[in-house]
Amino acid sequence: MKTLLKNGRLIDPKNGIDAKRDVLIEEGRIKRVGDTLTDKADTVIDASGKVVCPGLIDMHVHLRQPGYEYKETIETGLRAAAKGGVTAVCPMPNTMPVADRRSDMEFMIGEARRLELINLWPVGAVTLKQEGQELTEFGELRKGGAVALSDDGRPIVDSNIMRRALEYAKKFDMAILAHCQDEGLFCGGCMNEGLVSTRLGLQGIPAEAESVEVARDIQLADLTGGRLHFCHISSRKSLDLIREAKARGSKVTAETCPHYFHLTDEAVLRYNTYAKMNPPLRTAEDVAAVKKAVADGTIDVIATDHAPHAEGEKDAEFDKAPFGIIGLETSLALTLGLVREGVLTLTGLVRMMSQKPAEILKMDRGHLSEGAAADVTVFDPELDWVYEKDKIVSKSKNSPFLGWRLKGRATDVWVAGRCVLRNGELVKHG
Amino acid sequence: MPVNGARAEKQVLDGPSIERTLTRIAHEILEKNKGVEGLALIGIQTRGVTLARRLGELIRSISSMQVPLGLLDINLYRDDLTRVAEHPQLHRTEIPYDIDGMTLVLVDDVLYTGRTVRSALNALMDFGRPRRIQLAVLIDRGHRELPIRADYVGKNIPTSDEEIVHVRLTDPDGREEVVVSAGSHR
Amino acid sequence: MSERAAVESPDKKTAQWTRKDLLSLEELTREEIEHILVTAESFKEVSAREVKKVPALRGKTIANLFFEPSTRTRTSFELAAKRLSADLVNFSSSGSSTSKGETLRDTAKNIEAMNVDTIVMRHSSSGSAEYLARSIRAGVVNAGDGIHEHPTQGLLDIFTIRERKGTLAGVRVCLVGDILHSRVARSNIWGLKKLGAHVTVCGPPTLIPPHIEKLGVEVCYDLNKAVESQDVLNILRIQLERQKGAFFPSIREYAAEYGITRDQLRRAKPDVIVMHPGPINRGVELSSDVADGPNSVILDQVTNGVAVRMAVLYLTTLVER
Repeated sequence: MKTLLKNGRLIDPKNGIDAKRDVLIEEGRIKRVGDTLTDKADTVIDASGKVVCPGLIDMHVHLRQPGYEYKETIETGLRAAAKGGVTAVCPMPNTMPVADRRSDMEFMIGEARRLELINLWPVGAVTLKQEGQELTEFGELRKGGAVALSDDGRPIVDSNIMRRALEYAKKFDMAILAHCQDEGLFCGGCMNEGLVSTRLGLQGIPAEAESVEVARDIQLADLTGGRLHFCHISSRKSLDLIREAKARGSKVTAETCPHYFHLTDEAVLRYNTYAKMNPPLRTAEDVAAVKKAVADGTIDVIATDHAPHAEGEKDAEFDKAPFGIIGLETSLALTLGLVREGVLTLTGLVRMMSQKPAEILKMDRGHLSEGAAADVTVFDPELDWVYEKDKIVSKSKNSPFLGWRLKGRATDVWVAGRCVLRNGELVKHG
Repeated sequence: MPVNGARAEKQVLDGPSIERTLTRIAHEILEKNKGVEGLALIGIQTRGVTLARRLGELIRSISSMQVPLGLLDINLYRDDLTRVAEHPQLHRTEIPYDIDGMTLVLVDDVLYTGRTVRSALNALMDFGRPRRIQLAVLIDRGHRELPIRADYVGKNIPTSDEEIVHVRLTDPDGREEVVVSAGSHR
Repeated sequence: MSERAAVESPDKKTAQWTRKDLLSLEELTREEIEHILVTAESFKEVSAREVKKVPALRGKTIANLFFEPSTRTRTSFELAAKRLSADLVNFSSSGSSTSKGETLRDTAKNIEAMNVDTIVMRHSSSGSAEYLARSIRAGVVNAGDGIHEHPTQGLLDIFTIRERKGTLAGVRVCLVGDILHSRVARSNIWGLKKLGAHVTVCGPPTLIPPHIEKLGVEVCYDLNKAVESQDVLNILRIQLERQKGAFFPSIREYAAEYGITRDQLRRAKPDVIVMHPGPINRGVELSSDVADGPNSVILDQVTNGVAVRMAVLYLTTLVER
């Protein structure tokens, strides 16, 4: 089975390529990359006008299975990811029960294998039941397929537990993905603390609830030499700290999500629960700082924090609605917005959405070298479309971007040489 | 206030005739009630109030006696309140005397369907138990929908249902006349 | 008035009211606020009559839906509805299905299915009134949503100030106490600013909401200073449980720093009026001699509350759904 992608603009940051190239896929691998390939193939695809890049990796999603299958399942989540041009996702362990054992990793990976959609690389919990008290068995989780460790959704309050986790994870060369939140300052808040929270009478979460813990974790990363990755960074203050730490040589990496560079806390006005997430949407100043950090490399990764919630859950009083929005099907288009704004190059986009996540997770992906696994995304950066509720693949529809006119969309996706998206439509297998 | 040329208006009373008409009504009130004993005037907001005030002055100049005056806003008693598209503007209701046992002369500018007067009667019943209530209007244009008639009428003007009667008084309109226009039914 | 004259009435400009809901004073225009105040004057007269009842809302049904206990506000709305001849039903959270896990939307839908025209709601979540208004066809009058707004309280405060001072323009009003958690403060600020008053908020720094000065109010932490130049002191109720959130160390210290006493009033203008939305913690935010003294208009507020709520129910309930 051979597939030949012709005339596309190949962007492969790791190999320093941004040029028109043909790509030949054979036996699930990249067989050859060249100026003009004339090999005979079972399928020849004309990718002119499109970008061909290593498959996008979303290292921060919530697939809700097991436990919350009414919000999302591994199947619906992976389908949504494929639709969004993503070839690998890292589901966070805050399922029910919490994914804190090897068998939980194996269950998720097994489901993904059975479904033959895209790669699922699970994240194991740092502490048992994510309670922040006792470490999980990192070694067993690793053997079960965990690519990183996180208590995402909850901060690790005890600094000593965080210290030990960073230290112990060194043995397995795994990153700790930190959800930074000072519980005291968070104080049961439900949106950014500022003028808007004052107007709406909603309990605010100051930006410092994030940055105070970022500061602590930088120090713990320095102390331990462990690999620390900051999840969903939302505020200028955190970014200043991370920039400074990186300049000093700290081994930290950071991610942000498209909503943090597209929306401010004003999206919450009229008590819009689709604009409720944690960390919360912040101010215009923070949005500008996130863009700057994307541009200057302070932020390494763009992930979605895809957090599905059923309609009835978001249709509630603002303070009672759950945090989180879905993002798998919009992240590419929303990040392409930054490319059009001049914040990011296309190479930068591919680096942040594919190469860097692979490096942090120590997965041999994120590049299209000859011989590499053929996880490939093809997208049309100019395609206009409207994000409509009834076309969403994810089981949940909780997005503040509903109704937005977007530009740029994945058209074709291969995972290990197997086509899962063709002309923008999911390919049915079996 | 410029008159809309497209809609012809026909004057039926001018300023001096309005004054003469009111003077006549004042005399009739005194005659019918044999003086001012137990008599009070109630003007229906807004032009009825102006007319009641003027009748009060005329009665005083004729009889040298002061007749108490009350203001009544009937909007909260309208039978179509829950059906009208726009909220009627509420005005002051002020009846600074006990109406029990009094003879009240209810004053309004135009008597038409009778529904305003019905509302006013209901409102007055909430204030007490007057001995009797009489009705004085400047214009009676017919088309009654309720069994109501006026005790004192300035002028009867036969109209069609589509026509509109405008009563303009110095307060608040800046000039005095009664005109009939062809109407603006939508 | 001549029949059907409303069509031709020269003072038509004020007769515009199109909201089936009253959710906040932030969303109202100055003209809308003034329209409510003028309408409330008529209803104040009705409340002073021997027969305190007009048939304006005959045949309409109003539901009091109180998820937080509040005898005062509930009773005020109840009297308002009854004086307008509306039928009124009371739902309270205790004993109703809300304590059995029913969502707000379901509760409201159920009440609506009984063909209620207007729902008056008190709820602990900010924005719940707006949420409810979005979810159902019936009108919604916000009787206090979390720490967001309490529009009828704001209106009755403004009505009372205007009654005493003749105008709001240039009047100096100081809100004293827990501004952060006060829906009364927010409604007052929006309403007063729109009518041209000068507003100061005074309280412990921990109880002043962030960026409040961007709403055009002055912030002062020192009550002694704040009191001096004011025409109106509106004293907010301090919730005793705030002590636990580390907002202030003790009730004793709060009373010493922010309690209004007769001594404090000596610094104020002689004609200053003292207001309080009730219920008062006597000896904490307000001493008894001030609460019952000549500067106090606290009972006027209660009287005016009924008139203002009659105006609000009258205006909102008659808007076509």
